Amino acid sequence: MKEMNMAEALNSALLNEMDLDERVLVLGEDVGVNGGVFRITEGLQKRFGPDRVVDTPLAESGIMGFSIGMALAGFRPVAEVQFMGFLWPALDQLSNHASRLRNRTMGRHTVPMVIRTPYGGGIRALEHHAESFESILAHIPGLKVVVPSTPYDAKGLLISSIRDPDPVVFLESTRLYRAYREPVPEDAYTVELGKAKVLREGTDLTLVGWGAMIPKLLKAAELVSKKGTSTEVIDIRSISPYDETTVNASVKRTGRLVVVQEAPRMTGFASEVITRVSEDLLDSMEAPPKRVTGFDIPFPFYKMEHWALPDVDRIVKGMREVLTW
Amino acid sequence: MEIRECLPQDCEFYQTIDKDGNLVGEDPGLDEALLKDMFWWMLYGRLADDKAIKLQRQGRLGTYAPSTGQEAAQVGSALAMDRDDWLFPAFRELSSYMIRDLPFENILLYFMGDPRGNIPPAGIKSFPIFVPVSTQVPIAAGFAWAKKLQKEGCAVLCYLGDGGTSEGDFHEGMNFAGVFGAPVVFLVQNNQWAISVSRKRQTASRTIAQKGEAYGFPGIYVDGNDVMAVYIATKRALDAAKKGEGPSLIEAFTYRRLMHTTADDPKRYRTDEEQKDWEDKDPLKRFRLYLKNKGVWTQAWEDDLTLKAQDLIKTSVEKAESIGNLRPEEMFEHIYSEMTPDLKDQLGYLKKALEGKEIEEDAVELKGGFP
Repeated sequence: MKEMNMAEALNSALLNEMDLDERVLVLGEDVGVNGGVFRITEGLQKRFGPDRVVDTPLAESGIMGFSIGMALAGFRPVAEVQFMGFLWPALDQLSNHASRLRNRTMGRHTVPMVIRTPYGGGIRALEHHAESFESILAHIPGLKVVVPSTPYDAKGLLISSIRDPDPVVFLESTRLYRAYREPVPEDAYTVELGKAKVLREGTDLTLVGWGAMIPKLLKAAELVSKKGTSTEVIDIRSISPYDETTVNASVKRTGRLVVVQEAPRMTGFASEVITRVSEDLLDSMEAPPKRVTGFDIPFPFYKMEHWALPDVDRIVKGMREVLTW
Repeated sequence: MEIRECLPQDCEFYQTIDKDGNLVGEDPGLDEALLKDMFWWMLYGRLADDKAIKLQRQGRLGTYAPSTGQEAAQVGSALAMDRDDWLFPAFRELSSYMIRDLPFENILLYFMGDPRGNIPPAGIKSFPIFVPVSTQVPIAAGFAWAKKLQKEGCAVLCYLGDGGTSEGDFHEGMNFAGVFGAPVVFLVQNNQWAISVSRKRQTASRTIAQKGEAYGFPGIYVDGNDVMAVYIATKRALDAAKKGEGPSLIEAFTYRRLMHTTADDPKRYRTDEEQKDWEDKDPLKRFRLYLKNKGVWTQAWEDDLTLKAQDLIKTSVEKAESIGNLRPEEMFEHIYSEMTPDLKDQLGYLKKALEGKEIEEDAVELKGGFP
């Protein structure tokens, strides 16, 4: 075990997998010599050479199509898109090809690749550098969408994503990259895709979130516990496939649900979580479920980002509404 | 090393002065007032850029993309525009914005994370910064075609970088411009580095200028550190566009002397020698020598200009830093022409949450009651 932050844990995952499997390669803008703008691929080109850690031209659709081509030929590309806001031109390749070549050829051709991209606000970034559109990706059948919230999960989930036979979009919170360190094994290990994790057990209310919102959820749960409210906190970790079982089992016990997302409110993934609970558990609910979300606005300039992002105060207020309903 | 020696062999390359400010052919004979104007804007741009970097280092500005070393490419091209021409920027055109009447305080505000920096002063013919690379290219082509349909007789100058030529939007925008004969000039500031990736890894083409040929219009290869060459090339291209001769592509061969943005460290990917060599080819230095040989430049004159620039810069910083707080409403008011019912609800909710705020983000205690 070694103390690692999320950035180091991701780097370690890439290093392990490139060591273990020569089909794994990394490509994207500035990932080679520069080690990526967030330094996630730091040192990899030196170790594995420019044919396995590849600096590409500045073209996101090109990176995606090129990676799909390499995956079809038997490689396991891990493509980096520098910021989620620049993923848009690549959605054509992602949604029309990466996600459905398996289906179109009834399983003859497959696209085992990972698309890593930093997402989310809160680091005083420029316009277009703070997007969270995980729900749009989750809406594309054939894609998997993963969002870790801890260094340990980040490494295990990235390794699982690389070993997965299907395309996985792997979202990395810019705010969590260097937020804190925790013990992480230096060797390879996996964290299963499609499994949520109960981070804190509780009996009064289920609080669900993912990625950068998780530290806020834990803080809110801790604060209200001092006043005697017992909160179960669940980290979804995998947006798609989604672990309905873990969430619904929890809500069945607590009877109350608050879902927190950084993304805009309209058709966000929180809506999916609540729908699954509503379809299954309406008669077990003590109160209507509640969302605490971003707003239906483009992510604002950073002077205003503290208003746009759900904070502990808004989360606690949401929890209180559900508890006093 | 002379700039010509950095180029592929046998390329037609337009240049008026060498790195020491000596004429390489006949004197282009530009008006003395224009020459002085060119020097002023280059100097002002350089000093403003210095200030922005300093502010970022002091935590008073967010991530900033410096222009130092590219003043000739920006000033030469922006000064070649007529009053009625339109500018589509990328995000590294500090001098061009200022020449087109976008005050420095707007640029500071933008990089301070304040959307008020993005409000163009009334009547200004310049669009805001385009961050996603080359997305402005097809938009500029469409805008130029529209202006042609409206018979306004103006042209569009659209900036992009060498990295931007790799994007699909570059191809699509150039192709549309060619097919429609849109009055647009694409000016590529080839500063040779897209963050850490060098120009030679962006394209296997010998030059970027040659790409114009493929789209059916001229591609002009010009010394981007030679302000007069950039001015003359851009003026000709804009005039041709206005005469109905269609688009042009100009590759201004220059060098990003500093980091991609203040978050970047060029030492990771390029040598000190290379940076030093380009210091020697600095556009301001070259033009100063030319003006000196011509008897136009004196140290006292430059000192005066420096004082004037510093004064303007100081005022802009004061304006940007004293603008006053934003209101939560400003996040919601400009999503649509009218706020939707959902947005009104969300604004109401946010205001209520802010007014009744109980918990700061780093709180260890929950104030008040909780069920």
